[in-house]
Amino acid sequence: MNAVDKALAPKGAVRLISGNHACALGAVAAGCRFFAGYPITPSSEVAERLSRLLPEVDGVFVQMEDEIASIAAVIGASMGGVKSLTATSGPGFSLKQENIGYAAGAEIPCVIVNVMRGGPSTGMPTRPSQADIMQSRWGSHGDYPMIVLAPASVREIYTETLRAFDLAETLRTPVVLLYDQVIAQLTETVALDDTGTGVRAERLWASGPREAYRPYAADAGGIPAMSRPGAGYRVHTTGLTHAENGFPTQNPEAVARNLGRLFTKFERHRDAIDSWEEIGCEDADVLAVAIGISARAATRAIDIARAKGVRLGLFRPITLWPFPEAALRSAVGNARAVLVPEMNAGQLSLEVERILGGKRVHGMHRYDGEPIAPDDIASRAGALAKRETTT
Amino acid sequence: MSSTIVDSAAEFDVRAYLRMEMMPHFLCPGCGHGIALRALLWAIHELAIDKDKLAVVSGIGCAGRLSAYIDANTFHVTHGRPLAYATGLALARPDLHVVVITGDGDCLAIGGNHLIHACRRNLKLTCLMLNNEVYGMTGGQVSPTTSETRLTTTTPLGNSEPNFDACALAAAAGASFVGREVTHHVPKLKELIKAGLAHPGFAFVEVLSDCTEIYGRKNDLGSSAEMVLRQKSELRPSAYRDTVDTPFRSNVLPTGVLSKSDRPEYGNAYRKAAAAQRAGAAAKAAAASAKGKR
Repeated sequence: MNAVDKALAPKGAVRLISGNHACALGAVAAGCRFFAGYPITPSSEVAERLSRLLPEVDGVFVQMEDEIASIAAVIGASMGGVKSLTATSGPGFSLKQENIGYAAGAEIPCVIVNVMRGGPSTGMPTRPSQADIMQSRWGSHGDYPMIVLAPASVREIYTETLRAFDLAETLRTPVVLLYDQVIAQLTETVALDDTGTGVRAERLWASGPREAYRPYAADAGGIPAMSRPGAGYRVHTTGLTHAENGFPTQNPEAVARNLGRLFTKFERHRDAIDSWEEIGCEDADVLAVAIGISARAATRAIDIARAKGVRLGLFRPITLWPFPEAALRSAVGNARAVLVPEMNAGQLSLEVERILGGKRVHGMHRYDGEPIAPDDIASRAGALAKRETTT
Repeated sequence: MSSTIVDSAAEFDVRAYLRMEMMPHFLCPGCGHGIALRALLWAIHELAIDKDKLAVVSGIGCAGRLSAYIDANTFHVTHGRPLAYATGLALARPDLHVVVITGDGDCLAIGGNHLIHACRRNLKLTCLMLNNEVYGMTGGQVSPTTSETRLTTTTPLGNSEPNFDACALAAAAGASFVGREVTHHVPKLKELIKAGLAHPGFAFVEVLSDCTEIYGRKNDLGSSAEMVLRQKSELRPSAYRDTVDTPFRSNVLPTGVLSKSDRPEYGNAYRKAAAAQRAGAAAKAAAASAKGKR
């Protein structure tokens, strides 16, 4: 029995583990067999766990010389056909951005964990924040598509790590797993037996004769088949704008065709990508929209507020990017006010404002390293309910 | 699919290793990079390396563009990072023969950290650094190997920074194979690359390659033929002289294999330790199970 089976056995056992530990277990269960990273608080436990787990399943762990080398090695391993992961926090996430853009543009699957700590710069290494919401979507230069998943519990870190790999592999894209320091280092009792750790989704591999294979030609689904080095296709992969044959081009028609496909390649897969949770949205007068630890606080705030007669609901995007906007529009229903509690100076609220155009969106921002308390959300919701009733 | 191993005894035809549909190439007239590319492909031919199992990872710059011309699994990655990408690829796929093509700016400036750690780690990789002393692709700016007093578009007063001796740097950082050759000596260059490719650890090979159009013209170094001949006279590659023991380059350069050691290759060492861990865990589990049966 290897360390992973041991960690998950006996089936149904309730275990006490941290979020970062759950991420490491989820990665191995998803078929990840390569990790490259660089020490950084508060994500280092992901690396430490995988340095023990990966050799047990014939995988490779390597600590690289810096953050940039880590993402580069991860993309290199994935180009070799192996499911790959790196984990970091704000400063490292900033350093990785150029190469995340490479993975997005060259369509190389990989998963990047970003445990959010206080910023800017070195910030507060051991304190939580949610200030990388926009960076996770827009951090690299140029236009590119991105998938960001935002789990809010230890168990959900496990299940979303599985889903991150499935989406990365099947849609040929980098996927960011974004969670805050609280969720990362929180230990919770979780049961991992019913999380679907069976057969995972695999990359679409090239088949057929070499002469007929075009590395960036896609079917109606928009996702090109990838070729595994050694399988006889001998293709070229580049960060330069490329044509369907994989070679650099500046031909406007070829550029527009490939980038047009890239920018819209998630559209036909939104059913698999979109994920959210709604609590008490049906009759909500005030709708909170939140992720991570702020969503946990909002969940508790619902009970507190409702005990005082304030009908508070929560819309929690689990897939943060692309934002499940149709679901939010539908969930907001007749709510008179929308409240966005988030641990930053105002990021998620911008997207919510954009989606709900015209609706009053009230930001609730905290960036002092302390999570937003349920009581504070409940009383703010109460004040909003009163104000919107009286005006 | 038919075998892609070319008979090494057969006469070398560079076209068998090139993507001929990519011709004409984009290198300037007189550029040494084409000579270096030919020497690399010749070495690959003589070692009978299967093109399907050959992965070439290159960075950004004139040298970085060479991978696109090679009929192999080729990866043109970000500026300065080919060694880091190649490290992931080679660790994940030990069955592949991984070669890095990089330039002096890519390898020693923006990618310098990856070079010294690749040398230290000693993973089986061949790093071919084409040194033309200048950032050619961006129009001729000063690089870490630009000779002192040389004019570039960013050293209009003449370069006053000392330049790196890349081979001394690589050897000091622990590269288990270090060599240098000039494009003037093509068969010798081929032999050196061959030795690097055959080396079981990290091999660093510096190729002195002329930038005639930009660097040569700016510094009035003459025609491309005159520049190549200068490699033999002014640079005096030797064979004829002791190794320079400073991290900065002098005008007299040692060539050939400069240092070599047989310290353990990283990938093998890692896989061996992992296998031992798995065997230990299996033995422990078997013992526990036997105990349970009693």
